[in-house]
Amino acid sequence: MNLSVSNLSCQRGERLLFENISFELNPHQWCHVTGENGAGKTSLLRLCAGLTNPLSGLIKWGGIPLKEDTDRFHQDTLYLGHANALKEELSPLENLQLMSQLDGSPATEEAILTVLDRWGLLGREELPVRVLSAGQRRRVLLSRLTLKPCPLWILDEPFNALDRRAIQTLYELFNQHLEQGGLLLITSHQAIEMTDGMSVNL
Amino acid sequence: MNLFTTVFIMVRRDLILALRHKSELLTALFFFVIVVNLLPLGVGPDPKLLSKIAPGVLWIGALLATLLGLPRLFAHDYQDGSLEQLSLSPHSFTLIVLGKIMAHWLVAGLPVVLITPFLGIQFNLSGPIIAVMMATLLLGTPVLSLIGSIGAALTLGVRGGGVLLSLLILPLYIPVLIFGAGAAEAYRSGLDMSGYFWLLAALDILALFFAPWVSAVALKVALE
Amino acid sequence: MNWFKYASPASFYPLAGKLIPYFAAITVVLLAIGLWISFFVAPTDFQQGEGYRIIFVHVPASWMSMFIYCVMAFWSALGLIFNTRLSGMMTQALAPTGALFAFLSLVTGSLWGKPMWGTWWVWDARLTSQLILFFLYLGYLALTSAIDDSRRRDKAGAILSLVGVVNVPIIYFSVIWWNTLHQGASVSMTKAPTMAHTMLMGMLIMALAFWGYTIAMGLKRVRCIILEREMSSEWIKKNAVE
Repeated sequence: MNLSVSNLSCQRGERLLFENISFELNPHQWCHVTGENGAGKTSLLRLCAGLTNPLSGLIKWGGIPLKEDTDRFHQDTLYLGHANALKEELSPLENLQLMSQLDGSPATEEAILTVLDRWGLLGREELPVRVLSAGQRRRVLLSRLTLKPCPLWILDEPFNALDRRAIQTLYELFNQHLEQGGLLLITSHQAIEMTDGMSVNL
Repeated sequence: MNLFTTVFIMVRRDLILALRHKSELLTALFFFVIVVNLLPLGVGPDPKLLSKIAPGVLWIGALLATLLGLPRLFAHDYQDGSLEQLSLSPHSFTLIVLGKIMAHWLVAGLPVVLITPFLGIQFNLSGPIIAVMMATLLLGTPVLSLIGSIGAALTLGVRGGGVLLSLLILPLYIPVLIFGAGAAEAYRSGLDMSGYFWLLAALDILALFFAPWVSAVALKVALE
Repeated sequence: MNWFKYASPASFYPLAGKLIPYFAAITVVLLAIGLWISFFVAPTDFQQGEGYRIIFVHVPASWMSMFIYCVMAFWSALGLIFNTRLSGMMTQALAPTGALFAFLSLVTGSLWGKPMWGTWWVWDARLTSQLILFFLYLGYLALTSAIDDSRRRDKAGAILSLVGVVNVPIIYFSVIWWNTLHQGASVSMTKAPTMAHTMLMGMLIMALAFWGYTIAMGLKRVRCIILEREMSSEWIKKNAVE
């Protein structure tokens, strides 16, 4: 399975953000989307996640245009955006249970607790998300990387609000994911400490 | 994915969320009770007049009570990014939306149906008319939630969304209002009222079939 | 002739510009003939006197208000299916005219009602459904003017007008049902005595004049919308700003 993007153009409001972006991402590969603020990094990621439609151009997953087999594509992708998409009234445990159900791969409580432990959140699994710090919320969200088994990760600024230890954990996950044949499309305003990546500059 | 699982997951999720916001949970109900109780203060306490206009008043109250919770139907999920994630789920987005609508009805519509007997007594309605009112409300309020979800989806994140929503949706509520209040009227005049029930049921089926799908399309537009 | 060529704003803009004067001229001529027939040629009604002449405006306005809503729904469906940009603009260009006709029909209906029924407003099935149609227009205008992003505005407006057009027959039917049940106003506007030939003629000519007006105004408004939206594009800088 590979992600291929050809001649993509994107318009936001009446303004043209970028034109004729093409790249191809294969298994074991990662791609860093770079550009100034407002260059359209988030827009490109949202396009690749199938959230918006391009002005022109085509995105294919495994050779099939996104719109033609959305169910499969949604099964194969995990997109994590700026917003944490956590319900404040629910605990991390409940949030993750719910999300894993909606992802179509219900996780046991045990599995979730193991993941939360890895992110250093054990002992907070029953607290409402409302009382957690920004970094802790981010870590709850990133727990989904382990809970939803899928080849394509599309991550928008995943390092935001993370401390050194959490960043380390995230890199471990990235390396593991790529080794297993995963694909990673990422934006980050800081340098990514991994080798052999390609980059798309907007 | 199983059809019922999707809807069930969403209904349970939204009900849990509603239960953790107890104040919001009861607003629609109290609003309904207060609106209906204000009326005698406006038109005078004549029992005959009150029992004559009661069905219409109860229906207007139900309309407004449903409307009250609609702006929040998708707004929270839109703001915290959950809606985006829901639209990316491998489950059918239409069914996810249907689950949310059903939860809205359970929180806003069903309590209105259940409190109707008490208000009916206040308005001097006889037992059978109260039963007719409850039956029409039971059939009609789901349509209100279903059609309302389209308006909620169209006005999501739009400035002045709440007022705009009422402007878009209230004209579409007219058939439900007419058939719903008409049944009680027909009963009182000794006419056959089965027609009203069939029409309400037809509206239910139509709305159930189309509204979640249209709302899902509108939500995807809003998410772009 | 390739019709799809004109689906792009760049080629439609000059075409619309060329067509406007013709439709404007047709409107003026037909309006003059129509008004002349309705005021001077058509005979005085033996029951309703001179007051009835208002139907020469009222009836065509009602027709147009309903018809324009259907046209809007047509453009909306086209826009959603083929994803053409022009469709959304057309829908938005027509909406104010449709609302205007619905309002005109309500006002003339009420003016007519005063001498005929002795009251400005009756809860007649036709008047009531016309009022609801007017509300639907207002809802559409309010929604589209509240959304800033033009793509979302087009799509949300399209969805709303389609939902509206599906509901119009249901609403209309339920209002008639409600009206027959309550028997409030038994006076019906349809029960006008068999229409004289000249009266029908006048009404049709007025209707055609309103058509011309709708098209001319629609095209004019589409041109404004195109200018607004494509301000930054090259072809506007080159051609349109002469």
